[in-house]
Amino acid sequence: MDESHHRMKLLIGIGLLAACLGWCATGSVAAEAQTNVSPSPPLEQALADLSSEVDGTREQAVRLLIEQGDAALLPRLEELRGNADRSLRMAIKPVIDTWRNHANLASPDADTRRTAATDLGMSGRPSAIPWLQAAAANESHRWVRYAMEESALLLQLASDNPAGQQQAAAKLGDMRSQNAVPALQALVQTVAGEPATAEQKALAQTATAAIERIESWNVWSSTIETLFRGISLSSILLIMSLGLAIVFGLMGVINMAHGELMMIGAYATFVMQECFKLYAPESWFDSYYLAALPAAFLAAALFGLILEATVIRFLYGRPLETMLATWGVSLILIQGARMYFGDLTAITAPSWLNGGAQVLVGVFLPFNRLFIIGLSILSVIGIYALLFRSSIGLRVRAVTQNRSMSACLGIPTRKVDAYTFAFGSGLAGIAGWALTLVGNVEPGLGQNYIVDSFMVVVTGGVGKLAGTIIASFGIGGLNKLMEPSLGAVYGKVLILVLVILFLQRRPSGLFAAKGRHAEG
Amino acid sequence: MFWIVGFVLLFVLPILNVLPPEDSWLHVSDFALNRFGKFLAFAILALGLDLIWGYAGILSLGQGVFFGIGAYCMGMHLMLTIGNQSVYGSALPDFMVWNQVTELPFFWKPFYSFSAAVLAGLLAPACFALIFGFLAFRSRIRGVYFAIITQALALMAWLVFNRNETNLGGTNGLTDFKALLGFRLSAPGTQLALYVVTVLCLGGAYAMCRWIIASRAGRVLIAIRDSEQRVRFSGYSPATYKLFVFVVSAVLAGLAGILYVPQVGIITPAQMGVLPSLEMVVWVAVGGRATLVGAIVGAVGVNLGRSILTNSFPELWPFFLGGLFVVVVLLFPDGVMGIAKQVRARLAERAVRLPKTQAVEGEQV
Repeated sequence: MDESHHRMKLLIGIGLLAACLGWCATGSVAAEAQTNVSPSPPLEQALADLSSEVDGTREQAVRLLIEQGDAALLPRLEELRGNADRSLRMAIKPVIDTWRNHANLASPDADTRRTAATDLGMSGRPSAIPWLQAAAANESHRWVRYAMEESALLLQLASDNPAGQQQAAAKLGDMRSQNAVPALQALVQTVAGEPATAEQKALAQTATAAIERIESWNVWSSTIETLFRGISLSSILLIMSLGLAIVFGLMGVINMAHGELMMIGAYATFVMQECFKLYAPESWFDSYYLAALPAAFLAAALFGLILEATVIRFLYGRPLETMLATWGVSLILIQGARMYFGDLTAITAPSWLNGGAQVLVGVFLPFNRLFIIGLSILSVIGIYALLFRSSIGLRVRAVTQNRSMSACLGIPTRKVDAYTFAFGSGLAGIAGWALTLVGNVEPGLGQNYIVDSFMVVVTGGVGKLAGTIIASFGIGGLNKLMEPSLGAVYGKVLILVLVILFLQRRPSGLFAAKGRHAEG
Repeated sequence: MFWIVGFVLLFVLPILNVLPPEDSWLHVSDFALNRFGKFLAFAILALGLDLIWGYAGILSLGQGVFFGIGAYCMGMHLMLTIGNQSVYGSALPDFMVWNQVTELPFFWKPFYSFSAAVLAGLLAPACFALIFGFLAFRSRIRGVYFAIITQALALMAWLVFNRNETNLGGTNGLTDFKALLGFRLSAPGTQLALYVVTVLCLGGAYAMCRWIIASRAGRVLIAIRDSEQRVRFSGYSPATYKLFVFVVSAVLAGLAGILYVPQVGIITPAQMGVLPSLEMVVWVAVGGRATLVGAIVGAVGVNLGRSILTNSFPELWPFFLGGLFVVVVLLFPDGVMGIAKQVRARLAERAVRLPKTQAVEGEQV
């Protein structure tokens, strides 16, 4: 749900952007048009007729302007619209839209070109077919060309030439055009309704075949999207769980304030954004997000250090009490954030994370999700490097495996605890930083996924990061896999049941520490 | 002590409610008595939680689920007794009319009967705890793992009860109750009777918990808390004992839910989610673990504090609750009862020391 909502926002954003650019483009076209000769007499007459109160005249004028006009008419039409009444504005709108879209087909911005092509495809005006075909021939952007060809074919499908219709239906089937399904279905139905000629029957057959091809492709594309969503949710869970799992492995403590450390990271991002708004030049605004990364990490790590020094250090060896105390801290943090920041604070994602990449027909991957997936991969690599390629990591691993032996060998276990806890908290801060891309910054931010990430840690077991990675992909993937058929709630219930059943076989998670101790 | 407190709760408070004139300082208002009854219902749940956490070392963060199941069972009965007096005048509960449900779902039907509702309110949490506990304890899920799994359980229950299609009233829960066994719930007499019933149930629950603790099984439970490994090596099956006590605590939570609903008049999923379940743990921690009295003191005390604070400073309550949790866990691991014990020990020490010093002084003179 969250993703479709987000997609919606993105599309609206793109639409607005396109409209803006379109407006600029018409401006430049207008400048050129000024030097041109004035329109031919029939068009001049039609422009005058537009103001006529007689309905028939006005409609005829509109038709004439659409069929024989050109983009040079736009400034005149704009001028007319500027001081027109409501009904005249309504009448002129299709004319303006047609010619503006025509002009936009040559716009330097790919999104504008694509929007213009799609609009023309839906307008149902066959006069646009040659424009679209011409534009498609010169188009270099793959998906804009796709939109232009699709629109041209859609217009051809709507025409009353059966041979052309049949050709268009077959081609649309080849293209797996999702937008064509309603039109194709309508075609099949009109033929089914009445006694049809052989020509019509052939057309209906082609249309049915095309629908089948499109729909079987839809199954594929939706599978890919579900998979992508699963990976995306899994990587969010993974980023959240990594810090939690390291601390759990080392100290046997589940930090219930972990979600609130994420919240701190998210608010650090917000504060950085506000600082850039206030003190930095506008052109630097996009880089606030990168600047917020160290800020989020340090803020959360510092807080973790304080939390360790004031609360957790005194509860060593009492994991249940630690859970409860950290939960108390989380309550205080949530309420503190609510009172200081208010309930909702908006983050504007940097422009380079807006939009997405279209990889296949009907498969659109938003950049912010891709970014989070990349970030989770980087985090895992970073943590592996730190744990297995550094002397600090060696100590952390030693304390995780055998605390008292490590202490005997002179490893300062208390310090290792404190720094590891701070590092785990910093990772939570990074998770919060990433989460600002997919949700609101609010005091309850940490609560949304936190129980899931606890489950990831418990299922993954302690001691090995691979357990956390596999568990987050298992839980996140299953979540999205079952969402379409079971709904989000029952999917979650089923996951809980599966986790309990899984723990029947492996009570200490996927990778339990192997050893000869009887506990476990 | 037990009998004195019992006497005060059972006779003195109700008498002070009925006899003195309303403006007398001795008078206990209907509202106060009703609120106190709610706290005592919570105390029953706290007893169960103390039994598993304080004595057997099992921390359940999903106790709200059992409470909620008991409460919903009673609530469903109360919804059905409304009959045609509801806002829409339909025999179906209002929210079903609202959700365009035309026929009573099958699982609602037994709840026309009061005794079936009470029985279900006790047995449904018991069965649920039995299945869940069996799976958990058999595979030796314990400590942090058990706490996290029960917390996930609370989250799931909250999610499911919030759905409209489960026909349990969705987010708004069950409310607008009119009468219980023919007595109007708004009448002070009914509330007084409910209060008395709650006190009696609390007394019974307390006696039962004392009995369990004093029995051989209670000894094994304490041993499990202190070293499950040694208990297992001594030839006992810890899982069986843990399962038993977990089911008992679930039944007590269900009983608390049954008593809670008619006194408060509403039950929503918000009362059974992750947060309320954790808050229940605070009661026991504040009162003092492994002292059954402490659970009662904690439940009543924290809830009293809550109702005072949320009235005057609603924004400060989370700070207070969170702070209370941190402070109690860090500084007073034995809660109020631990402090009481310390004070008593200090006093006893002084009483012993005093004659001695006098004697020394005497010698000097």
